Formats: sequence, structure tokens, C-alpha cells
Amino acid sequence: MNKKIKFSKGIHTAFDYLLENHEEFFVIGQGLWSPWYVGETMKDLDKKYGKKRVIDTPVSELAVTGATIGAAITGFKPLVVHPRVDFMLLAVDQIVTQAAKWRHMFGNNSSAPATFRAIINRGGEQGAQHSQSLHSWFAHIPGLKVVMPYDANDARDLLISSVLADDPVVFMDDRWLYDEEFIDKGLKLIDLKDVKPKIIQEGKDITIVGVGFTVKKIMDCKQELSVLNIDPEIIDLRLLNPIDYSSIINSVKKTKRLVVVDGDWSSCGLASEIITSVVESVNPQDLISKPKRVTLVDAPAPTSKYLENDYYISTENIIDAIKEIF
Amino acid sequence: MNKFKDLNNIESFTHFTDVNISDLKKDILLKMLFKMILIRKAEEKISENVENGTIKCPCHLAIGQEAIAVAAALSMIKDDKAFGAHRSHAHFLALNDDTFSLFAEVLGRVDGCSKGMGGSMHIIDKSNGFYGSVPIVGATIPMATGAGLSISLKESKNLSISYFGDGACEEGVLHESLNLASVMNLPTVFICENNLFSSHLRIDQRQTEMYTSRFAKAHNIESIVIDGNNITDLYNFMSTKFKSVRDTHKPLFIEAITYRWKGHVGHREDEDVGVERSQDLRKWRNRDPIKLLSEELIKNNIISTVELNQIEKEIISKIENDWNKALKSEFPDKSNLNKFVYS
Ligand SMILES: Cc1ncc(C[n+]2csc(CCOP(=O)(O)OP(=O)(O)O)c2C)c(N)n1
Ligand SMILES: [Mg+2]
Repeated sequence: MNKKIKFSKGIHTAFDYLLENHEEFFVIGQGLWSPWYVGETMKDLDKKYGKKRVIDTPVSELAVTGATIGAAITGFKPLVVHPRVDFMLLAVDQIVTQAAKWRHMFGNNSSAPATFRAIINRGGEQGAQHSQSLHSWFAHIPGLKVVMPYDANDARDLLISSVLADDPVVFMDDRWLYDEEFIDKGLKLIDLKDVKPKIIQEGKDITIVGVGFTVKKIMDCKQELSVLNIDPEIIDLRLLNPIDYSSIINSVKKTKRLVVVDGDWSSCGLASEIITSVVESVNPQDLISKPKRVTLVDAPAPTSKYLENDYYISTENIIDAIKEIF
Repeated sequence: MNKFKDLNNIESFTHFTDVNISDLKKDILLKMLFKMILIRKAEEKISENVENGTIKCPCHLAIGQEAIAVAAALSMIKDDKAFGAHRSHAHFLALNDDTFSLFAEVLGRVDGCSKGMGGSMHIIDKSNGFYGSVPIVGATIPMATGAGLSISLKESKNLSISYFGDGACEEGVLHESLNLASVMNLPTVFICENNLFSSHLRIDQRQTEMYTSRFAKAHNIESIVIDGNNITDLYNFMSTKFKSVRDTHKPLFIEAITYRWKGHVGHREDEDVGVERSQDLRKWRNRDPIKLLSEELIKNNIISTVELNQIEKEIISKIENDWNKALKSEFPDKSNLNKFVYS
């Protein structure tokens, strides 16, 4: 039997590895001394490695994020945790206007290799201010890498490579994936520069691209698609900025159909970016049908469970979109 | 220097005072009692239904902290404007007694104060002066300051109130807002409900001093540290001082020291976030703001024990009615998902 690994364990393993092997690594952020904020992903790390390298903080996102960047500029490879993307928004100047520009505007004389881990924590009637993802926003910024894993092995290996990379990286993990289990392929050290979209299932009829949690939603459609006699090629984007489009373009050239499933709003979003980049590189006559995107309803997250059920992307939404272009 | 040696020994807190009813009329004393018990019982009802799963949204309960909101609400006049945060059921109910619209909201029903779109963390009642509460820590502090600006521009005799916690004082925006209110002479009352905790961290793990009013001093704003569980002291201070804020258009910072009995969020006492508070909690329960007032009222023959029981019974019956009515309220129409995005 193949050993399994939970997504949350993948993240935990990455922290364990970094704290064990990299003196220049520390982690800071709200809730790191409590099991409550970050779930199983950082459990007891403070006890094992000490509160000097696993640091809980006052409610000061801007200063804490800026201090993480300052430590990165002066020799550390630190990571700051924001238990929700929404809280990280208080620190956007430091991430977008400071860290992302640091190397370029100083003519490559300095860099700010900090990692910003933001947890996507939605559902549960938390409502408009505790449910945002906004990964496309961050992926818009030159100089800022954006990582969003789906597979537990990626959660582990991409977190390590994000921290060790010599660039600022926004690393977003989705709480809805924490209990998902994957075959444990063992820790693999990779360079973030080599990370490309991953074809996780080969197929011939349609290319479906997802990112983070939406990859799981796509995988959940497999059964129904096979009943419909549709053989999908499924791609997990993994790295949102910069994107290497070659595998997606080649896949669409083969399948001649494209659906992108993105768990955020449609306007100026990741799905439109992927579709545009593909359409720019594929001859119109090589497509059998128009590309399609599946995104959130263009509205803030509601609280009432009754509305939440309609708000978030379901497998039916994906199947319906696919049917429309067959 | 350790400025926290007292935190484990609440008996030594110097700001504690005795409830003193002598200068207050019976009707205001009874209003205080009624409102505090109403809030307590309403939140106990919510707590029970968080525990049994009927309520699904995150609820941050203010059980133990009722006196502050009630004193402020009783000191507010028409067109004063208050803004809350994540722990705001008390701020809301102190102004309107409207348990039905709060219950419907936490149940995600269309009759809720935000039409079921907001839940516990986003409640509003403009008609009674409550301009909204949100769960992003510190977010409403500059808005309350801006409400002060709008009062100032209109030159009206009103004030705005910003409710926030000791944790929110760690956000830069509090300091920017204090400076703004001070330099622009804005009629904003900053009410810090210092309950000594920000989720799982006690204040001595986050700050170098127990009192947040030091931040007001830095901006030349008049401030006071006051017993947050003493309704008469709170009311005497607020009802007088609010008048001068309305007249002078100068900001004021009130730091009310208090304690929440429940955990940071939900019905538990805090064990879920790995914090052991049972010793402290026992001591703080002896400083129950409702008990402190009701004992004094009985001792001075303002009400009898029988009358107190009667008041409680009436409140419980109102709450049962409102709860059952809220359970029958509809869920919001699905079209509301898109309807409220733009004007
Ligand atoms: C910007 C932001 N950071 C962090 C949080 C998480 N959070 C919610 S409430 C809270 C505690 C705030 O403490 P305090 O202001 O003292 O209010 P209390 O809960 O004690 O009433 C925290 C850290 C948040 N909601 N928003
Ligand atoms: Mg507090």
C-alpha cells in the first residue's frame, strides 16, 4: 500500500524541514501559538523549535509583514503567516509596492526574499470580509511570485521552494483542502524557477485548468464526465505568476477545447488571463468551440448557508459549462 | 520594567469602584438593569444555539461586558453615530432592544438587520444610531472618526463613537485616527473595551503595558481608565462627558477594563484555543456587572427580589418569542446574491 499524506501534513512537513535545516528561516504571524488559527498545519512547531523562531504577534499585520520583509532584506529567509487573505490586505503596500519592486528598482543590488503565506478560509457563514482569495490581484504584480497548491506533495515541496527562492512569494493554501489525502511521494527539493503547470490527468477531448481548490472540484467531475463519454485533460496551474503557458497551449492544441475553473471573481481575473494567453497562441480554426470560464458569482461572499451554497463553485457548475461547449 | 504584575491578581486592580446609585433616578437605573439582562439572556440564547448547531455563523459574545454598551447607549442622543466590531451584539441591542432582528440575522434570515446577508459579524441599525459593525480588526475606527468629521462639518451638536478592543490598539490605524481626531478637533469618542485578551493572547504577551489609554495621551486626547463592569460609574462619566464632546467637538478616549466570560468566538470558555482562564474567570464572575447593579438596587429598596425575578421572566419570555419568530423567518431570496452589489 502506498503511504498517504494529508494536505495539512504536507504544509506541516515543509515547516518542519525548513526549521530543522535552515537557520536563516523563521516564521512569524498571528495565531502561531494557538491550534485555532492555522489548524494542523503548524501544530506544536513552537514547542519543538522554540518561540524565538516560531513567533506569535500582536494584531499588527502591516508592521509584522514589513518586519518580515526587513529581515529578508538583511539576510533571513522568513515567512509571515496571515490566517486569512483578508487580514493580509492590511499589509498590501509592503508586499506590492515594497517587496515586489525591491530587486528591480535597486538595479539587482538587493532583494526581499520573504514568503507571504495567506490562508484562504471561506465558507461556514463567515461572510464578505473573511472569505476572499484575490490571488489574481497578487498575480498581477511583476516581481511577486504567486503559488497555490492542490496536491499535498506540492503543498510541501512548493512551500519549501517558495521560502528558499530568492524572490518574494505569495503562497496561498486553501483550508478546504486540508483534509484531502494524496499518495505521499516523499519530500523533493525543487527550484521554484522550474515549476510549471502540471498535467495531472491526460485526456483528449477537453483541457480543464484549475488552481488550488478548484482542481479538486474538477477531479470530482471525473466520474460524471466519463459517463458523458468526455475524456478530459486536467491541468493544475500551481504557479500563478509568472505562468509558463506552453503545456496549456499544447494541451489545447490537442484537445481543441478549454475550460478554466477559478475560485474567484471573473472580471480581470486569472481565468480570463489564461484564456487570453491561450487564444493568442492558438489558431481560431484549431478550436472546436469557444473557451469557457467557471468562476464565483461576481458578488461579495454572503453569510447565509442558503446563499453560500449557490455562491461557491459546484461540480454541477463545471459540468454545465463543459456541456455547453460539447 | 514589568508593568503587568497585577494581571494574575484582579483584586489589586486599582480602577475597580463600587456601584453607586445615589445620584440616579429610578427609571434610568431600571433601564440599565433591563438592557443588561436583555443582552445577557439574548447572548446566552445565541450561545446555546451555536453549541447545538442551529446558528452556523461565527458569533463573538460579549457576556460579562454588557455595562459598557448600555452606559454608552443611554448617554447617546438622536443623531449620535456608533460603529462596532466583531463583538457587537451588545452595542446593537443596547440601542434598540431588538432581539428579533439580531436573532434573524445570526440565523441568516431575511428579517435580520442586514437582511440575512451579514450574520453576527456584520450588523447595523442606522435608525437607532448604529452605523455598522465589521470583523476586520480596527476597520471601523477611522470610519467613526469620519463620522466625527461629518458632524464637525455640519457643525451639529452630536458625536460619533468607535467601539474597539485592546487588540485593535495594535493596528496602526488606531494611532492614525487618534492623531486625526485630535488635530482636526473631531467629536469622536474612542471606547476601548480592554478585556485583556485578543483571541488566545493575553495583553502582556502583546503590549508593554496594561492600559491602552497611553495612546490617547500621546495624541493629547483626554482619556480615562474606568471600571468597565460598573454601570453607574460608566453612565455618570459618559452622560456628562458626551455633552462636552458635543459642545466642544474635542475627541475623548474611554478605556473600560472588563473581561469576556466566553471564549474568543463561540460558546466555549477558551479551552478550544488552548488558554486556561478558569481561575481568572471565577474572580471576574464576582464582578458581574448585572449582579453588581442588582444587588445595590435591592439593598437600597429600589426593587425587590420578586420584582427582579419578574423582570428576568419577562425578558426571557420576549427572547423566547423573538427566537421562535426568527426561526420562522425565510432565508434571503437567491436573487439577493446579485441584487445588493451595486446601487
Ligand atoms: C485585521 C484583522 N486581523 C486579525 C483578525 C483576527 N481577529 C479577530 S478578533 C481578534 C481579536 C481582537 O481583539 P480585541 O480587539 O481586543 O477585541 P476582543 O476580541 O477582545 O473583543 C483578532 C486577532 C481580524 N479579524 N482582522
Ligand atoms: Mg480584547
